[in-house]
Amino acid sequence: MAVTPRTVDLGVDLGFLKLRNPVLTASGTFGYGLEFEPYLDLARLGGIVVKGLYYGPREGNPPPRLVETASGLINAIGLQGVGVEAFARKALPKLRKIDTAVIVNVCGADDDEYARVVEFLDRQEGIDAYELNISCPNVKKEGACPALSPRTTYDLVKRIKAQSRRPVITKLSPNVTSIVEIAQAAEEAGADAVALVNTFLAMAVDLETRRPKLGNVYGGLSGPAIKPIALRMVHQVASRLKVPVIGMGGIMIGTDALEFLIAGAAAVEVGTASFVDPDAAVRIVAGIERWCLDHMVAAVREVIGTLKTS
Amino acid sequence: MPIERHACLSDVQIWGDHFHFVIEAPEMGRAARPGQFVMVKVADGGFPLLRRPLGIHNANEAGLELFFKIAGQGTEILSRKKRGDRIDLIGPLGKGFTVPAEAKGKTAYLVGGGRGIAPLYFLARELQEAGLRPLVLYGGRCLTDIPLRERFEAAGIDVLCSTDDGSFGFAGLVTELAAIEIGREKPAMIYACGPDPMMKALAAVAAESGVPSEFSLESVMGCGVGACWGCVHRVKNEAGDGWVKICEEGPVFPGERILWR
Repeated sequence: MAVTPRTVDLGVDLGFLKLRNPVLTASGTFGYGLEFEPYLDLARLGGIVVKGLYYGPREGNPPPRLVETASGLINAIGLQGVGVEAFARKALPKLRKIDTAVIVNVCGADDDEYARVVEFLDRQEGIDAYELNISCPNVKKEGACPALSPRTTYDLVKRIKAQSRRPVITKLSPNVTSIVEIAQAAEEAGADAVALVNTFLAMAVDLETRRPKLGNVYGGLSGPAIKPIALRMVHQVASRLKVPVIGMGGIMIGTDALEFLIAGAAAVEVGTASFVDPDAAVRIVAGIERWCLDHMVAAVREVIGTLKTS
Repeated sequence: MPIERHACLSDVQIWGDHFHFVIEAPEMGRAARPGQFVMVKVADGGFPLLRRPLGIHNANEAGLELFFKIAGQGTEILSRKKRGDRIDLIGPLGKGFTVPAEAKGKTAYLVGGGRGIAPLYFLARELQEAGLRPLVLYGGRCLTDIPLRERFEAAGIDVLCSTDDGSFGFAGLVTELAAIEIGREKPAMIYACGPDPMMKALAAVAAESGVPSEFSLESVMGCGVGACWGCVHRVKNEAGDGWVKICEEGPVFPGERILWR
């Protein structure tokens, strides 16, 4: 007779980084982490992916920056942020003291800026990995970004891998014909993992004014509305890559996260859910744990990539 | 912990499409300051997805009061809640109004446009306690737009009303009424909350008359806790000017800092 496990081993191993549990907070949805201290114990997270950093402070897009749509949210923030120096001075010393993985999302207006950001951050302590943000749809015209082509993805990842002293996770855009091709380009260039998906290029129209509802015209759609498509993409990529896949897109509760793990993600990121409930990420950890207990799963890593397709 | 997931909605009052909620949340009630807001969950299950930011209408040892008007799908769903229902709140959030210590015994004007009146009741009560005389200038499109008049009067707060269609009080914009009143008696302070065009016009009046002012800005908010950077407004800062988060640095800003569109 099977014995019901009393505890669940929630740890996952990305190869280059061991996580307490598979739940990370997605960049751009969790500030620099510290904003959430009043709402949850940051040490209960698998890790924090901090808001995307350019080298210098960045202005961001004119408002309106947000519009809510059916079970989703379109944002066009434009990566407003403090820059690497202010991050290293103000946020990083506090983040370093928290017992959780810290992953910094790295941005750049061009390849040189990505390189400069990594060069600066390489001199700082308390960072576990970089997440190369080659896929933000809100900073250039019509969502242009390096992740839209295998060539630009390969070149940038190759360059950053050559110089970085830390593991590099490449965050991919869903706004492509074949996300598998882009993921393979990142893997060939040496990416230690891929994270997908970033938001879907989207828009909303105000009928009364006949104007776009976003100051930037287009924005990125996130939330439960995108989950089925994100899940399909994660499954496609995870089926073909050797490096770990970090899955995200509309994860609101523990069972959403488990779907991604079963589809092949080695870990997940929680984004928009943290806007609705600042403690969503730890509630999702608890949800995963509860599901594992109910299903007599002793270690969550046992479910990764166990999707049955025949 | 500033999250209250199951606060009890202990009373509901309705005037047309305006709603007054009394919510049992003692911890939040004690912590709240005038001008702060709460993020209210309107539905479970993902639609509408985001919480709605609502200014705190009043607070005390027992909890919070909210006053809102149906402005869209979220507030419409919220308005269907009944006495005894549970309500999920985060707060109190943001930075509220300030009361200048040297203003004791003087008059302050509180200018509210439409649903923007909500936080001014809490502020008026606070000003009374601090020994100031609050005078509320309350504007709406028509009589049904200004349902809180009697509530202010019942608390011993002077109210002057304006309606765009002249159906009650001063016929015209509340900013025109404010300009007349400022000409009559220059207040120690002007506080305001309402639509941006109203506040922009009032900021010009305040600046012209040299009266210090504070404005509570409204925006769609993603999170209310400073993480999404979605609710920005342009203000003057050390570097010149830039977008700041209304939820974190505001929602209340001194008039001279705000750059109006």
